[in-house]
Amino acid sequence: MAILDIRNLTVSFATPDGAVSAVNDVSLSLQKGECLGIVGESGSGKSQTFMAAMGLLATNGTARGEILFDGKNLIGADEGTLNTVRGNRMGMIFQDPMTSLTPHMKIGRQLGEVMIRHRGASISQAREQALAMLKRVQVPEAERRLDMYPHELSGGLRQRVMIAMALMCSPEAIIADEPTTALDVTVQAQILDILRDVKERLNTAVVLITHDLGVIAGLADRVAVMYAGRIVEVGDVRGIFADPQHPYTKGLLACTPRLDDACGGLMTTISGQPPNLQRLPAGCAFHPRCGYASERCSAERPALEQTAPTRAKACFANLKAA
Amino acid sequence: MPEPLLKVRDLKVHYPVRTGGVVVRRFAALKAVDGVSFDLQPGETLGVVGESGCGKSTLGRAVLQLVSATAGSVSWLGCDLTKQTKRELKDCRKDLQVVFQDPLASLDPRMTAGDIIAEPLRNYFPAMSAVERKAKVQDMMAKVGLLPAMINRYPHEFSGGQCQRIGIARAMILNPKLVICDEPVSALDVSIRAQVINLLMDLQKAFNLSLIFISHDLAVVRHISHRVMVLYLGKVMELAERDALYQSPLHPYTQALMAAVPIPDPDKERAKARVILSDDPPSPLNPPSGCVFRTRCPKATGVCAEKIPTLDAARAGQEVACHHWRG
Repeated sequence: MAILDIRNLTVSFATPDGAVSAVNDVSLSLQKGECLGIVGESGSGKSQTFMAAMGLLATNGTARGEILFDGKNLIGADEGTLNTVRGNRMGMIFQDPMTSLTPHMKIGRQLGEVMIRHRGASISQAREQALAMLKRVQVPEAERRLDMYPHELSGGLRQRVMIAMALMCSPEAIIADEPTTALDVTVQAQILDILRDVKERLNTAVVLITHDLGVIAGLADRVAVMYAGRIVEVGDVRGIFADPQHPYTKGLLACTPRLDDACGGLMTTISGQPPNLQRLPAGCAFHPRCGYASERCSAERPALEQTAPTRAKACFANLKAA
Repeated sequence: MPEPLLKVRDLKVHYPVRTGGVVVRRFAALKAVDGVSFDLQPGETLGVVGESGCGKSTLGRAVLQLVSATAGSVSWLGCDLTKQTKRELKDCRKDLQVVFQDPLASLDPRMTAGDIIAEPLRNYFPAMSAVERKAKVQDMMAKVGLLPAMINRYPHEFSGGQCQRIGIARAMILNPKLVICDEPVSALDVSIRAQVINLLMDLQKAFNLSLIFISHDLAVVRHISHRVMVLYLGKVMELAERDALYQSPLHPYTQALMAAVPIPDPDKERAKARVILSDDPPSPLNPPSGCVFRTRCPKATGVCAEKIPTLDAARAGQEVACHHWRG
């Protein structure tokens, strides 16, 4: 049963140079309790898809299509309806924990605010809940942290506070947008462990947006790969890594340096530059950089088609045959 | 063995940090780099890895004398850079170049790509004719994979990867002997990162260049380096040949760093043993006594709090600073 169902979502931004489409005709669903990984490079639309779902698009952005949360469409919903969902039934974790916490509010109050607002808790109840949640995300000396300000905490601790905040109302889904990109590897490992624990023990569905395939490999159940505002491939995590069917997915995997195999010599690359969203090539947006491109690819855009019960790709080429 | 290009001995960079006092200000020393020594051979790449605040960028800057060293020496082809006058330094710096992390921020937005790349030539060869200069710039642009026809464009017209190529062209135009790359690919997308790494490796071969490659990304460092130095709170934890370090890391910190890097393979990633370090690195203003890593180290014992471990040769081509590396 899908908790979040995105159907034919298109997000565009009005700019001085005309409208720019950041997300084009994206359909995705998040099942209860699963972890859905979204991979893509900068400008692929991976963040904007879910910013639209949270009603957090910049003022010049508009979303079309349907975003169904538990059956209710969030696009065009008023603030009141949105506020019953976000922070309450759907939490969000942003990349930069410093700029997403309020600098002048103590940690305890920031955490408790959610409970007071959504659950009508009293101040002391909220504080108690905040403390329990900080302990749950393994914040050392949790009691003392409640009376600290965000700048007094390290990056790793701030990100734990963000996770605690997202979890306060026991949401059904959490959207984690590059939750570990700003952190050091050893701290990243701690945070990923907490997310894994949240997913397994609280059965919370997690959308994990990242450019790091290693992070996806450790946590996701299903993966969607995005390029230039469209989904180019979807599948179960093992299938995507073991048998990528879109040339872009295959290229990304090949050019990710890894510690577990022999190395040396030149790295595999994807040639060319990432696309400019204002001047997307005709046909498949990836064709100028694609080793499998044929004439058809520059004329016609491949649709996302199912290739197996759990897999779909938007590509004319057959990577196995080539 | 040829004479090393660069010899760094017991280099220390301490920044004064204000800790209080209204009338009489009080300062404490932030030990960004604390006693680092290494040699660099011509044509060699030394990778420098560590987490934020470990001093890896300061180390690069101190070698270039962009920050002054508190103690220690940096000898470049036999002359100590820390004792040079400004004019003497300018001569040495012709051979010492740098590529920064943020490709757009390190280029002057009001200069064209051609002017940016030509600036070192104007500085060091003021007599060179404009025609010759332009030819050299276009030649270098082609070498770093930029279309020479883009010479009159401004930085904002290029993508991040292309801006980084401009930065590399600017560093290469004087045909230097050493280029210090401070996180040159961290701001780039995965598909572009590999292109820039390959470019650096190609240039190294073509010009017999030495590189100091500073990065937090162990997998990238592994690809490009001959030797790797692991820094933690300003001190060298381990310094070893690439393969020795990655196949059998001896320092508990190196081991923990490697275990923390996620592997892009769901089966391996989920099956691997988790060595998770607790907490964050301590403040460099108030580092632990003895071994600086002991507060997070799974092997720490009493001796670690008392004695600072020295960097000793454990095996051929592998030095480690730990009391307990044997087991």
